[in-house]
Amino acid sequence: MRTAQAQHRSKWGIAALGALLVSSTSALAEPGVPVPWQMSRQTPVTAEASDLMVFEQYLHWLAFGISLFVLALLIYCIVKFNEKSNPNPSRTTHNTAIEVAWTIIPVLILVAIAIPSFRMLRTQLIVPNADVTVKVTGHAWYWTYDYPKVGEVGGFTFDANIDEEKEPKLLQTDNEMVVPVNKIVKVQVTSTDVIHSWAMPSFGGKIDAIPGRLNETWFKAEREGTYHGQCSELCGMRHAYMPIVVKVVSDQAYAEWLKEAKTKFAAIDGGSKLASAK
Amino acid sequence: MATATAHAGHDAHHDHAPSFFARWFLSTNHKDIGTLYLLFAFFAGCVGAFLSFGIRMEMEAPGLQYFSNPQTYNVFVTGHGLIMVFFMVMPALIGGFGNWFVPLMIGAPDMAFPRMNNISFWLTVAGFCSLVCSLFVEGAPGAAGAGTGWTVYPPLSSSGHPGPAVDFAIFSLHLAGAGSILGAINFITTILNMRAPGMTLHKMPLFAWAELVTAFLLLLSLPVLAGAITMLLTDRNFGTTFFAPEGGGDPVLYQHLFWFFGHPEVYVMILPAFGIVSHVIATFSKKPVFGYLAMAYAMVAIGVVGFVVWAHHMYTVGLSLQTQSYFVFATMVIAVPTGVKIFSWIATMWGGSIRFTAAMHWAVGFIFLFTVGGVTGVVLANSAVDKYLHDTYYVVAHFHYVLSLGAVFIIFCGIYYWFPKMTGRVIPEWAGKLHFWLAFIGANILFFPMHFLGLAGMPRRYADYPEAFAPWHKVATWGGHIFALGMVVFIIGVILAFRSSRRAADNPWGEGATTLEWTLSSPPPFHQYETLPQIVDEPAH
Repeated sequence: MRTAQAQHRSKWGIAALGALLVSSTSALAEPGVPVPWQMSRQTPVTAEASDLMVFEQYLHWLAFGISLFVLALLIYCIVKFNEKSNPNPSRTTHNTAIEVAWTIIPVLILVAIAIPSFRMLRTQLIVPNADVTVKVTGHAWYWTYDYPKVGEVGGFTFDANIDEEKEPKLLQTDNEMVVPVNKIVKVQVTSTDVIHSWAMPSFGGKIDAIPGRLNETWFKAEREGTYHGQCSELCGMRHAYMPIVVKVVSDQAYAEWLKEAKTKFAAIDGGSKLASAK
Repeated sequence: MATATAHAGHDAHHDHAPSFFARWFLSTNHKDIGTLYLLFAFFAGCVGAFLSFGIRMEMEAPGLQYFSNPQTYNVFVTGHGLIMVFFMVMPALIGGFGNWFVPLMIGAPDMAFPRMNNISFWLTVAGFCSLVCSLFVEGAPGAAGAGTGWTVYPPLSSSGHPGPAVDFAIFSLHLAGAGSILGAINFITTILNMRAPGMTLHKMPLFAWAELVTAFLLLLSLPVLAGAITMLLTDRNFGTTFFAPEGGGDPVLYQHLFWFFGHPEVYVMILPAFGIVSHVIATFSKKPVFGYLAMAYAMVAIGVVGFVVWAHHMYTVGLSLQTQSYFVFATMVIAVPTGVKIFSWIATMWGGSIRFTAAMHWAVGFIFLFTVGGVTGVVLANSAVDKYLHDTYYVVAHFHYVLSLGAVFIIFCGIYYWFPKMTGRVIPEWAGKLHFWLAFIGANILFFPMHFLGLAGMPRRYADYPEAFAPWHKVATWGGHIFALGMVVFIIGVILAFRSSRRAADNPWGEGATTLEWTLSSPPPFHQYETLPQIVDEPAH
């Protein structure tokens, strides 16, 4: 994972030259929270999120280049073809070669975008066999986390409400979702009332929590730490006050937390609510 | 070159305008109805701007400064969106400029159905009144107004808002939608049947093309919205469960129906602007539009493809891999005809003899800013990347670049371009240029940092936010103030135009202005083209 990140850092190094759309802040900052004046994504902590960040920066450079190209053409027209410099307008209204060019070249650029885009979409949407499954339920305005009973562990449920005392403000909850590092975690997401969205910038995405549907997404966090997200679908009065916190810990710490959590969150009789649990 | 043979003899009719009440309240004259639409759009725009001012003041700093109840903030966001879309941009570009200039440009004496034209306008006004009512009645428990976002997603808009505010909002959309459908029928009939002799579709000015495509988009998409919100209404009031999972319904069905309307709707807002830009660029470059047919059919292509990309607004709802892949592909396709338009405008300027009037400032500014909004659209089209950016300020930045800096810039462009024709008066050029620079600088300072906020993870529709997002929000608020200052300059410019004794020439823009409206007096006679103009020779664009 370190090598992967170092690789991405060096790519950022090249990208940072222009410094308009890329800032160094995110590369230096602790992952998991936004920082003041941030200009790029929060530091990714999964390989997939890192790939997406690199791809997005490639798109932004392309976007930046196209915008600059259009700006340069406009400035050229303004300077060369104003009334003073060019009193006699031409009557040209057609040029087949250039019209074909400005149709074909964008198509080629879009194909170059689409190929990696489709590949990343596949990775994102095809959920691999999970090591850990957590069910997340959105409510107005807090989240519930279900850990299904697998063998001797799991089989408990707890709520995560905002904790407005802790810093950084609006990003902390009283209980956190805890998962092991370097394990594939499948998150199943639903809601009991209105639509919410379970978002985790450090893992590169979000998935809507919709009543009557069970959506799923996955991640494999490669770095221990505490990561923060916020509800991302308008859900009413306290939409801004139902943050999401995921703690990624070592296997050992996770095992200990499972035991502790089971007693703390009063185990549910009869095992899990999840069909997939043994 | 277009030639209008007869407008002598019109003078006799100048004084035949009806009395004040009959003229403005029972109007059947396309120019008067256009004026009413523009005045209404200005008024609604002021209300929408007031709401956005509330949003921006609250966003200036973290914590709740002005809104003690965050639900009220949601109501402001919802009201701002609905008003700007349905009661400012659409009335200005379609009802206002469309009514005024489609008949003038195609050489028609009026719209095909003058009385239906009048009811289109008054239905829109009634829709606005219903929306304003919704702000003052209970929506969510204990709070006034509909705080659902302009998309009105259930279950937030059904079980989440038991009060009547959402019913008023739905009724508002029904009225405005009915008005727009009638208007669309009127435009289609007028454009297909009432073009002057000799004006084939392929000689028709691009603004008329733009309004024709727009009218078809409205005609085909608005009934779907009407169906969706009617189902929502019966879910709310009559016990149906179209969108309620507890009765076998699905909230995602609403999103499909809404965006089947909603995506063509964004082209409804921008296509008329494309038409206006083409005329302004051609007029002041003193050249015909480059690639006229490609320009017209690019708009048709954008309209057609615009109907099959709707689910790119729904990448996070859990669509299958195949579905998402298709929508990524289809969405990217739209970039191609849009690129054709951008490059054709530049090619129109190329080799021209450009006069930088106020209107030309706005048009050139638009080309650049619309490009910026367009390329971020390509970024968002990638579903894998969009998972991070969806529902963040990046999306807010993107659609304000294409709408606030796109459609709104062109509304002002159209005003500066056609104001002399519509009123016979002249807004001082310095006012238009100063307004442009304040708006250009202000809007960029306002909206560009929102890209950074979105990338940093700031979700949209948040009344309150973590401190880390504060600096860019502060910058954005300054930009908002600069933009507002530009509006003051605009109003001063209009007042000066009416106080000055200066009168506009019939064609104040010279040789480049070749469309038929410039052959008429400024302002045009109450009834024009009693003898239809004959179109001869090359296309009139």
